Amino acid sequence: MEEQPKLPDLNTPPRPQHDHTAPITDADGSLHVLGFKSVDAGHESTEPLGHSAEGTAAKQTVRALILTGFGINCEEEFAAAYKLAGAEPTIVHLNQVLHGHVSIHDYDILNFPGGFSFGDDLGSGVVLANKLRYRKNAEGRTLLDDIKQFIANGKFVMGICNGFQVLVKLGLLPNLSGNVTPEVTLTHNASGRYEDRWVRLKVNPKSNSPFLKGIDSMEVPVRHGEGRLIIKGEETLAEIEARALNCLAYTDFDGSPTDVYPHNPNGADLNCAGLTDTTGQVFGLMPHPEAFLSLYNHPDWARRKRQNPSLSEEGDGLRLFRNIVEHVQSQAAAVPQEASQFSS
Amino acid sequence: MDSTQRTIQLLLKPGQHDGEGQRVAEAAQRHLGLSTGRVQSTALYTVRYPVSDEQLRDFATHCLQDPVLNDVALDEFRHGSEYKSYILVAKLPGVTDDEGISAQNALGDFLNQPLDIHTQHIFSKRLYFLEHELPESSLRRLAEDLLGNKMINRFEVGPIAQIRDYTPRPGGGAESITNTVRLVGLSDEELVKLSKDNLYALNLEEMRAVRDHYTSIAEERQAAGLPQDPTDCELEIVAQTWSEHCKHKEFSAVIKYKDADTGEEFEVDSLFKTYIKNATSEVDRQLRANGNDWLIKVFSDNAGAVRINPESLFVWKVETHNSPSAIDPYGGAITGILGNNRDPLATGIGGARLLFNTNVLCFGNPEFNGTLLSNQLHPRRIFEGVRKGIEDGGNKSGVPTVNGAIVFDDRYAGKPLVYCGTGAVMPMQLAGLDSWEKNIDAQDRIIMAGGRVGKDGIHGATFSSIELDETSPATAVQIGSPITQKLAMDFLILATRRGLIKCSTDNGAGGLSSSIGELATISGGAVVELEKVPLKYPGLRPWEIFVSESQERFSLAVEPSKMAELMALGQEMEVELTDIGYFTSDGSLDVRFDGESVARIDMEFLHNGVPRKVLEAEWSQPTAQEPALLADLDYTDVLSRLLGSLNICSRESVIRQYDHEVKGRTIIKPLMGATGQAPQDAAVVRFNFESWEGVAVSNGILPRFGDLDAYHMSAGAFDEAVRQIVAVGGKLPNLSYGDGNFWSVNDNFCVPDSVYDPATNPDGKLKLAKLVRMCQALRDATAAYCIPLTSGKDSMKNDFKADGVKISVPPTVLYSMTAKIEDVRRTITSDFKQADDVVYLLGETYDELGGSEFYQLFGELGANVPKVRFEEAKALYTLMGEANEKGLIQSCHDLSDGGLAVGLAEATFGHGFGADVELPATGLGLSAQLFSESHSRFVATVAPEDVVAFEQRFGTRATRLGVVTQDGQLTVRHGGQTVISASTAALRHEWTNGPVNRLIGFGQHEAAQS
Repeated sequence: MEEQPKLPDLNTPPRPQHDHTAPITDADGSLHVLGFKSVDAGHESTEPLGHSAEGTAAKQTVRALILTGFGINCEEEFAAAYKLAGAEPTIVHLNQVLHGHVSIHDYDILNFPGGFSFGDDLGSGVVLANKLRYRKNAEGRTLLDDIKQFIANGKFVMGICNGFQVLVKLGLLPNLSGNVTPEVTLTHNASGRYEDRWVRLKVNPKSNSPFLKGIDSMEVPVRHGEGRLIIKGEETLAEIEARALNCLAYTDFDGSPTDVYPHNPNGADLNCAGLTDTTGQVFGLMPHPEAFLSLYNHPDWARRKRQNPSLSEEGDGLRLFRNIVEHVQSQAAAVPQEASQFSS
Repeated sequence: MDSTQRTIQLLLKPGQHDGEGQRVAEAAQRHLGLSTGRVQSTALYTVRYPVSDEQLRDFATHCLQDPVLNDVALDEFRHGSEYKSYILVAKLPGVTDDEGISAQNALGDFLNQPLDIHTQHIFSKRLYFLEHELPESSLRRLAEDLLGNKMINRFEVGPIAQIRDYTPRPGGGAESITNTVRLVGLSDEELVKLSKDNLYALNLEEMRAVRDHYTSIAEERQAAGLPQDPTDCELEIVAQTWSEHCKHKEFSAVIKYKDADTGEEFEVDSLFKTYIKNATSEVDRQLRANGNDWLIKVFSDNAGAVRINPESLFVWKVETHNSPSAIDPYGGAITGILGNNRDPLATGIGGARLLFNTNVLCFGNPEFNGTLLSNQLHPRRIFEGVRKGIEDGGNKSGVPTVNGAIVFDDRYAGKPLVYCGTGAVMPMQLAGLDSWEKNIDAQDRIIMAGGRVGKDGIHGATFSSIELDETSPATAVQIGSPITQKLAMDFLILATRRGLIKCSTDNGAGGLSSSIGELATISGGAVVELEKVPLKYPGLRPWEIFVSESQERFSLAVEPSKMAELMALGQEMEVELTDIGYFTSDGSLDVRFDGESVARIDMEFLHNGVPRKVLEAEWSQPTAQEPALLADLDYTDVLSRLLGSLNICSRESVIRQYDHEVKGRTIIKPLMGATGQAPQDAAVVRFNFESWEGVAVSNGILPRFGDLDAYHMSAGAFDEAVRQIVAVGGKLPNLSYGDGNFWSVNDNFCVPDSVYDPATNPDGKLKLAKLVRMCQALRDATAAYCIPLTSGKDSMKNDFKADGVKISVPPTVLYSMTAKIEDVRRTITSDFKQADDVVYLLGETYDELGGSEFYQLFGELGANVPKVRFEEAKALYTLMGEANEKGLIQSCHDLSDGGLAVGLAEATFGHGFGADVELPATGLGLSAQLFSESHSRFVATVAPEDVVAFEQRFGTRATRLGVVTQDGQLTVRHGGQTVISASTAALRHEWTNGPVNRLIGFGQHEAAQS
């Protein structure tokens, strides 16, 4: 039945609204660089970014850029994770990047935190992904153009929860084709509801991602309503498995991957909790490793500590961040060696 | 017809599971008995922005469609051939449409055009197709009961061949009409009628005071070129400012109290002043005398503030949102939580960082199966709606919901109680100024920040000050937009740290009228230019703009020199800021529209002209007696039934849908242990990632004890909140000089109409006497523990009237407590940790089964209400603080609903341990030992190696009960007999499968529908 919509109400046609696109200048004509620098999670200085970010960093400093704004809400613990892992985290509002006040190329790791970007009303991560793909800056480049360049330069991208959804909706994960088009999706949990609960993850031993090096399994909380990975088509599924891009799986208490609720909280294909791209540089997952930085985040911390008073005070989630920070540091240190190997 | 209007429909691809459609079909069958057949759910987006065919198609396929899940239909309503009926769910004009705005955001990005998202061009709707052909009346019922709310949604229903669309009108200008209201010379009857017709919620005496004021200033008004009678806007401002909601007239009234039993009589000169403010002043004096000067701001701002350490303040506020939640549970709860978030955000200069939310909810029995009154919503629907509102309000704001409580009682079936609490952290200094101070000078600009203004929420302040009936107004309903507020919140945090804002306040009840009216008292006046206020849609009159309670708005005071930088920051962060006037010092609130005066009111009259109420209270002890129960009860069975009872059973299905650990700082969550199913007492949250300092959060609420004695109910609720904090390792304040151990408490009274009227409220005097007694207990408790109140709220008309029936809530008070935790690593959870640990009962059990859950099982109330023995309690709590210091306690659970037996069972839920317990031979009956809800008690465990040290410390305050066992059996013996023997797994099963989780569902994967 192909009926035209009936439009009973009359309305005034909209006029395009012009917001100010001119640069924001003060009375002296100098450009306001709007930005704040996170000095540690939960506190910030009002120091403009331009002054502190340059020059102060030593050679080995790993710089992590963490995007926020528009409903993203896990940026503070994300920054804390990097700080604890020895990196220098910087939290910036997405518009600072989109408007060209901050360049992602000044950083080693680009991070998309969890939250509800733009309220998630069109499906998780959709509006933010759309903004990265289509919104052009003054030079006519999209942020996606910059991110592709960033990855091509051998740098790293991480997305957690809503950030993972953004990477998937954008097509950066799993990106089998290499042309950044969505190949899988994340949608409503099979339970039809949002849930906060702790799960166990098993790392795919064949994964090549430096984020996961040396980790077999970890416990982390999931906190999402749309975390069910759906993979379109058998071929895509087979390729993801063959290339070990399904880097994390939900497991039961024995450590075997499972589709049984609540161990698998959302009914994901391949019981998959996280993906990498084929290079291993882009990594995303639904659970929240940044919410397990200390032992005391775990629901059973008190009993575990009683059983083993010398138990480490670090949480499982921190290992991921230590991994990537160490990897970037070793890369930096390895550059001259590689050069000499090449010449020999 | 508008040719520029286009429609995009998203449908699930064939083979994709339509979970929503399935849920609608199931709910229609289960709750309404309607057989719909299969239901197909689709999403509609109506685009009213000029786009080409190609742009529309590309926008739909690239931005809206999920290529894996969705098909797209353009300018048509596509559906499967088997469907016979449709239901369209659209939003009424001005109702928050976050989904439409998001789509609009995406369109702007897609077209790379500066599409102003503050004016709506895309409207989201849901379109459902039903397999069965149902009559319009059934479709409408399904729509109104399951798919939306007629207060906020527009429904179109019918046979599928005749689909009608509906799209609200977009934004536009105001209707600049201001009328005067004849007041001077009106008779008493006419004054009362005027107040009622216009929902002013002012009584005769107050109306007279307004009339007399206008009569007395006739000459001045004439000289100023103003009409003799007030304008509609002026009366609205007075009604809002003088509303019970804003002015707390009953808490400030003179109360003549009489005890009918003893003949004692006295007069209370303001409950607030006598029992709350003065009590806190006394506590503060004792604190300061002992070097504890952490009490920074009490009762004088949007939230109370205490000092954590030299760098930061803890800000704490709890509010209620009862009336809106009765009419639109989802909207009421989400605006409640977001509105309460704005209180700490806008305390002092503003810009606190929110740390956590907490919620306490009181509902009627969700399994009620009687007949509902006109416009009364089913308690289940209220429960589900409120739960969803809290989920979205907290989760989407990124604020963890760290704990809460749900209380069921049939008397909450008319008006539910929805308490929302928020804790926040603010630096002591913001850009070099004391963050908690509010300063404004004449000429500072008034900036409105955040959402736009519509008719939503007009009269919220006055409406919440009267009882609900079947004619309650639709405009009182508001829908929150967490994303709009999140943007405003991020902006406020940054702007305050850069020193761009002098002070801020929240636009909540009473809207601009309230926020500007209050801020203007600081400088001594204000000029407001209403034509500048951005609107959601056309047709609002000036008075409506001024009192509208449209959400997500703040009013800011800004120095003129900071304006440019502030506006630039707003633009960068996409927060709409509007300069709507300036502060003055001429003593009047001057409201204009396009230069014409809309209202000009003397601030002194506005804020201090309200006549004081004189009320009567009369107390008499209810006659009650202890029931005679069967002598040979099966206590194992009783315990199982208690664990599965409505007020004790697990709330896991609710808790897990709230994000309780975003921000990564929640140390004690509502459910802990290896199983994730051990219920905890207080929540514990650390402040940041650099130190281990944190805060414990607890809630005390015990309405059913109020049926026996409101004094002991209130004292008990206070103690319950204190002992929950003590259970997790919190220490009482002021134990040693300068210990800096802050406590910050909100009192929150929700009572039925307590103003005596021989015809409409014959037991008003008794209700008011209960309120007085609740306040007396509060004073005694604060003094006993030296714990200060820092902020509070009273909600005085919690009655629902329809069809000649009145449902009144029981007098209820919630104490929401927070206390400093020096080191969160030393806190204690409730679950048993290790086999062979020794189990103790701390505190004394009395024959106090009155009002207990145990009696409730048998439909009895009893008489012996639990009483708090403050001195003993304080001594025990102090000892526990010292024992925790030494690490002597391994687990600790406070005893409340269901008494010792329930407490023991719950402590086993974390790991599947059991316990082997022998009750002491005391004079106390077995039922009382097991189920009495005597206050100030705990069940605690101690490692075997610490037993000697522990017993030395506690002496007779600790009763050794037995040991934790590995075998997963709970065995309780008494006098050589086994009285309870149960597998703890079975007990946990009863508890987990109780009515709450059954109702909300367990969250298993839905069976896929092929």
